[in-house]
Amino acid sequence: MNIYDFKNLTDSIHASLSVNLSPTAVTIIEFIIIASAFMILFTLLGLVLVYAERKIAAFFQLRLGPMRVGKWGIAQTAADAIKLILKEPLVTKNADKFLFNLAPFIIILSTFLALGAMPFAKGLHALDFDIGILYLTAVSSFGVIGILIAGWSSDNKYSLIGAMRSGAQVVSYELSVGLSLLTVVILAGSLQFSEIIASQETGWWIFRGHIPAMIAFIIFMIAGTAETGRGPFDLPEAESELTAGYHTEYSGLKFAFFFLAEFVNMFIIAGIGATVFLGGWMPFHIGNWEGFNKIMDFIPSLFWFFGKVAFLIFLMMWFKWTFPRLRIDQLLRLEWKYLLPINLVNILVMAFIVLMGWHF
Amino acid sequence: MEEIATNKNTGKPLETQEYFINMGPQHPSTHGVLRLLLTLEGEIIHNVEPHLGYIHRSIEKMCEKDSYTQIIHLTDRMDYLSSHMNNEAVSLAVEQGLEVEIPDRVKVIRTIISELTRLSSHQLWWGVFGMDLGAITSFLYGFRDREMIIDIFEETCGARLTMNYNVPGGLMFDIHPNFQKGTKAFVTHFKKKLPEYDQLLTENVIFELRTKGVGVLSKEDAISFGVTGPTGRASGFSNDIRKHNPYSAYTQVDFNEVLREEGDSYARYKVRIQEMWESMSIIEQLIDNIPEGDYKVKTKAVIKLPKGEYYQKVETARGEFGVYIISEGGKSPYRLKFRSPGFSNLSALNRMAKGAKIADLVVIMSTLDLVIPDIDR
Amino acid sequence: MMMEQEQLKERILSIVPEAEFEEAGGYLNATFPFAKLHNLAKNLRESEDTLFDFLFCLTGVDWPDHMTVVYHLKSTIHGHSIVLKAKIDSREKPEIDTVSDIWQTAEFHEREVFDLFGIKFRNHPDLRRIFLDDDWVGYPLRKDYVDKVNIIDL
Repeated sequence: MNIYDFKNLTDSIHASLSVNLSPTAVTIIEFIIIASAFMILFTLLGLVLVYAERKIAAFFQLRLGPMRVGKWGIAQTAADAIKLILKEPLVTKNADKFLFNLAPFIIILSTFLALGAMPFAKGLHALDFDIGILYLTAVSSFGVIGILIAGWSSDNKYSLIGAMRSGAQVVSYELSVGLSLLTVVILAGSLQFSEIIASQETGWWIFRGHIPAMIAFIIFMIAGTAETGRGPFDLPEAESELTAGYHTEYSGLKFAFFFLAEFVNMFIIAGIGATVFLGGWMPFHIGNWEGFNKIMDFIPSLFWFFGKVAFLIFLMMWFKWTFPRLRIDQLLRLEWKYLLPINLVNILVMAFIVLMGWHF
Repeated sequence: MEEIATNKNTGKPLETQEYFINMGPQHPSTHGVLRLLLTLEGEIIHNVEPHLGYIHRSIEKMCEKDSYTQIIHLTDRMDYLSSHMNNEAVSLAVEQGLEVEIPDRVKVIRTIISELTRLSSHQLWWGVFGMDLGAITSFLYGFRDREMIIDIFEETCGARLTMNYNVPGGLMFDIHPNFQKGTKAFVTHFKKKLPEYDQLLTENVIFELRTKGVGVLSKEDAISFGVTGPTGRASGFSNDIRKHNPYSAYTQVDFNEVLREEGDSYARYKVRIQEMWESMSIIEQLIDNIPEGDYKVKTKAVIKLPKGEYYQKVETARGEFGVYIISEGGKSPYRLKFRSPGFSNLSALNRMAKGAKIADLVVIMSTLDLVIPDIDR
Repeated sequence: MMMEQEQLKERILSIVPEAEFEEAGGYLNATFPFAKLHNLAKNLRESEDTLFDFLFCLTGVDWPDHMTVVYHLKSTIHGHSIVLKAKIDSREKPEIDTVSDIWQTAEFHEREVFDLFGIKFRNHPDLRRIFLDDDWVGYPLRKDYVDKVNIIDL
């Protein structure tokens, strides 16, 4: 494989820094570089995804979407961001002020932690744990604590109902997300992202894992959408029922954090889905068709990853702009009575397939 | 054995408590300034108590000082989505008192515009209903098609919503030369687009889950609560004024009263969708047969109704709208009562919503198709 | 079976002998003292041949020396309609029996009449003002209601 390995770049940076600095200083500087890179990525993702969401929604709804700020409204989200930063941060009178201010940071923290383990391209990978998948599912569900705190501390019953719904929802769908990922872990034989990607060199797991992998992928997409709290599973913030759910009382920058976190969470779910089922940055390879695989390798790995993520995000937006919202009992019934049993059987079938060596 | 959570200090089992929540007057799904005081246990509704009057203007009191022509203008401001039908009701009541014979041309035009109004109201309702369910896209689909009707109205009488097209004795102006062309173009367009509505919402699994069996209203309750219009017809209560007490040109046209038996939100939804087809059929029957003639009968500048009582009801998009005029012979009524469909329909809300969830309440309210100025008057 | 006006008259006279009749607004109007209302309403609602199950309009009227509560009734099975007018002699302390136990829609309509006319409905389950604030003084739809601030006399 002649894909450009970003390890060359990171190694050269490391080497040039090490020339006249102590190892501790080098580590600190590298931390700062990585942190600022993620900050920039986070902001960019927010800007791009909000713009994309509005444009895609407009496309579904027979309208143009933002068109005024900049060419085709490109600068619209930047303008919105400035507006949100300048807005007054209101705190309700009887709110628990410490928790109220803490909640958005917990949510942002969880998205940052999850983003850190994302393999963006070959060698472009900040944290590559040997338990990567476990780590990711753990930190991404950590955000629900922020939502619960936000709902509780706002001193608003709508917020509280929203937070409670969110708690029930995320805890339930966490199971399906975890189990559907485990289905592929059985195939790949590893929890480490780099190894899962490497194991898909001869083909993505969604194609090689027969029907169980397909089922796992569909369940993952449903459960993942539910975990991010986006339509049709946007019950925690169902605007026609709970005005704005858990973030009703937030304004200005703190509201922007919730808003951004939703979009970045969507990116994370799409990123995990792309990595585990669709090969991450791995180009589209078919078995041992050398020529075909070589042509595919010409497309840089960064494009492969972001392309797949964009496709999955588009799917999630498609769900949101066409489906009505579920009711809370229907939502929980879907998880506990359908998705979870299907998932458990699916894992068994997959384990059997792997045991017999029937997968490609 | 089931373990019961206990209070650490007292050792007694923890109890769940009912709590109250104010839905409205500023809330996205009350569609106006309606305030509902909900008694909840968790998400389950124990009681719904509507608090009204946020836009009560006492139109009935104002009417006691206004002339009959002025009263017509006030009726626009009640059910603004059925403004033409409201105008028509007052005009018909006054004409009944004056005992004037209305030209056929007026009757037909009034009927066509009534049906267009009903279509536009149902389109808006459909869009908003989707939005209440969380399917925001339907909102824009509904508005796209409604826009065509509103343009026809604008061309006809200059106003898009509060039309004031009726005067006692006929219409304010004759129809615009483009009226027939525009209306036919709309009907052709909408016949293609209405199946799209079904594709987007009706056949969706989640939509069926959310509406079927939600907010069931029995036929007995519908009659007892006076629930009229599509809401009542979905419970099997045959109450279409256009059939039972036909007015204007409804005697000349052939249409079906849409009835369903289930009485749930899905039935109410289907009745309205089916009514749109019926309305289009009525328009098609009349649009090419507008008789020639005057658009207005000459009435006196100051209309005085003879002493007596007059009651006129019409079928608006929400149900039975009644005008009850008691005249003492003056230029203003002694007492005027508007029987608004929304007010009676709202009275059944508590019955329908008991035991449902908050999300269901939104669906029920939306399928009742409440317009708050109509309720508060 | 749809009942003719004469038959309805007879029926009402058999229950309330002092009832007076006139025809107005296309309906048969029966005027009678308010004390007889509940009995008559219940009878008309429950008798097999009258079966007035649909109360489509309920309102009050303030006359110079008395008040009336007007009930527009229709039978959805037989198709006949009637207007009942219960006459209340006292304008100072008008009281009448509720019909909300017979037609559930009356609960809201009676609250409206109470709010705007000040007619008290006995045995009403929840008689409060419906549109105006609880501390509002006066009953706006009465003819002698004066509001110098909000009503502009021309």
